[in-house]
Amino acid sequence: MLKRSLALVLSIVLVLTLSVGCAGGNGGTNEDKTSIAMVTDVGGINDQSFNQSAWEGLQRAEEELGVNISYQESNQEADYKPNMETLLDAGNDLIWGIGFKMGDAIKQAAKQNPEQKYAIIDFAYGEETPENVVGVVFKAEQPSFLVGYIAAKMTKTEKVGFVGGMRGEVIDGFDYGYHAGVKYANSDVEVIRQYAESFTDAAKGKAIANSMYQQGADIVFHAAGGVGDGVIEAAKEQDKWAIGVDRDQNHLAPENVLTSAMKRVDNAVFNIAKDLKEENFPGGQTVVYGLAEGGVGIAPTSDKHVPEDLLNEVEELKQKIIDGEISVPYNEDTYNEFLSNNNL
Amino acid sequence: MLANLGFILGTTLLYSAPLMFTSLGGVISENSGVVNIGLEGMMAIGAFTGATVGFYSGNPWLAFLAAGIASGILALLHAIASVTFAADQVVSGIAINFLGPGLALFLSRLFFDGATMTESIDFNAKMPRPLNGVFAQNSFLDLVFNQYATVYLAFLLVLIMWFLLYKTKLGLRIRAVGEHPKAADTLGINVYKIRYLCVILSGIFAGFGGAAMSLAVVSNFRPTLISGHGFIALAAMIFGKWKPQGAMLACLLFGASQGLVIFIGRTDLQVSSQILAMLPYVLTLVILTGFVGRANGPAADGIPYEKDEA
Repeated sequence: MLKRSLALVLSIVLVLTLSVGCAGGNGGTNEDKTSIAMVTDVGGINDQSFNQSAWEGLQRAEEELGVNISYQESNQEADYKPNMETLLDAGNDLIWGIGFKMGDAIKQAAKQNPEQKYAIIDFAYGEETPENVVGVVFKAEQPSFLVGYIAAKMTKTEKVGFVGGMRGEVIDGFDYGYHAGVKYANSDVEVIRQYAESFTDAAKGKAIANSMYQQGADIVFHAAGGVGDGVIEAAKEQDKWAIGVDRDQNHLAPENVLTSAMKRVDNAVFNIAKDLKEENFPGGQTVVYGLAEGGVGIAPTSDKHVPEDLLNEVEELKQKIIDGEISVPYNEDTYNEFLSNNNL
Repeated sequence: MLANLGFILGTTLLYSAPLMFTSLGGVISENSGVVNIGLEGMMAIGAFTGATVGFYSGNPWLAFLAAGIASGILALLHAIASVTFAADQVVSGIAINFLGPGLALFLSRLFFDGATMTESIDFNAKMPRPLNGVFAQNSFLDLVFNQYATVYLAFLLVLIMWFLLYKTKLGLRIRAVGEHPKAADTLGINVYKIRYLCVILSGIFAGFGGAAMSLAVVSNFRPTLISGHGFIALAAMIFGKWKPQGAMLACLLFGASQGLVIFIGRTDLQVSSQILAMLPYVLTLVILTGFVGRANGPAADGIPYEKDEA
């Protein structure tokens, strides 16, 4: 009998603590501040790449716009959905998914929760964009064109390489933009291309880059995430050039990373935060960031290894792209068009 | 032609060395009767420790040893759970696979200002390449033999393990414990002690495998650096019939097919790179199931030993 009543009392205490806990939780989010949260891709918040860049954008938004920010990290793809649920329950105004792999997860969540705003980096739903979602894409082909131009001007062997992660719209932009930049600078320069079919296998990246250097290439550009660590390592070992991606990767090999094709994810995330704050959230749209919007560019450390006059040429090219004089191709069809338009 | 062959062989070695270390870890643990599917987690902590100690100390050998010790400590947990407390070894191994990468991430944040990626080790502080510069660059011999010291160590360790398991008294005891722990116990062998030793050694080897990734293949650690290597090593051990030399051959075969795939990718053969990317796994599977035949592990593998109290 005593045991039973004790159990009852304990259960009541338990239930009470639970409700107290809930009340505490609600109190925290009831402020008037706008809150924005992001779900990282598997690289984690400080991946020296996309996720970190996005987080820096949010941090800037926190400082300059006074919004609440938070994040949830994904250790594997299966974490995307639970992480989004967590952020949804926390009462955020906007939830970011960082990386195209989250495309389906974001869309599904957006359909289930039509009142919640979502945004995603590197994914365009086109016509099918739900009203509560913004897709942000970058014209990756533009900085790739610029680094391709630099590569073609600086190669001594008239051969350069491209290592891709996996084929798809995003990587195609890097691939064909780079090809176009090389051919635009010097149509005699040959580009060797190989895909790793992975974004994590560093050993494969190293082996592919080794193979390219062995075939006579002296500059290799990668758009392949963790695979790129191997590419840069191979450049160090063979004392050749590598070109980084997404962020300024010069710190990985200061003597061997020539330049980097950067996506300014931070600027994009900040701008959307600003729109949200000003109640201009571009829901249902795909926002495209290019050179003109400061959404992409080449690494600031490029001046370490690239001669000044070449950098000046690159500046001129940049202006031409912004003015629309050069339209940089982003897939196979536009690339072929580009070649025939320029008589290459 | 010769240069192409050299490239494939060199890539084979580059790929296989980390797997070989880890696979040997599996061999020693399972020969003593403890299943170790925690190799992946142990490799991750080894890779992280190697990169971190390497970065701060500038001494690759110290880093290599530290990686072994760190993974050895993680393996000690596995030993405590599965040997002393007779827990399900698979469950404990899975726990290690969560714990290892998680711990690596946590510590990386602590040591590198919140970054999940360690700083690159200076090129001169990486594992040395003993034969660097001996042969003309990109000649056949250079492509094959200009490898990091870890590659040579991996082969040495295979030899040592073979000798230990099949030519020494300790090896006989280890195998006895894995086959029939009760009989071994009756003859006065301390089953627990042997199993503890083997599990900890297995962690140390997996740690070496991880460090071979972060100190030789690349020069930094990021959470995706070890993605599936531990499981491939585990599979190689099973295909190699729980023998050091068998595991070595399975790892080499896997590495060779990766080399071949990368080579095919650069020729004019129009094969989809997705199909090519599958090839190493398919090839390894086909060759090993088709030609190697039935694999029988140690009889008491995976069964916790509990002494009769009577």
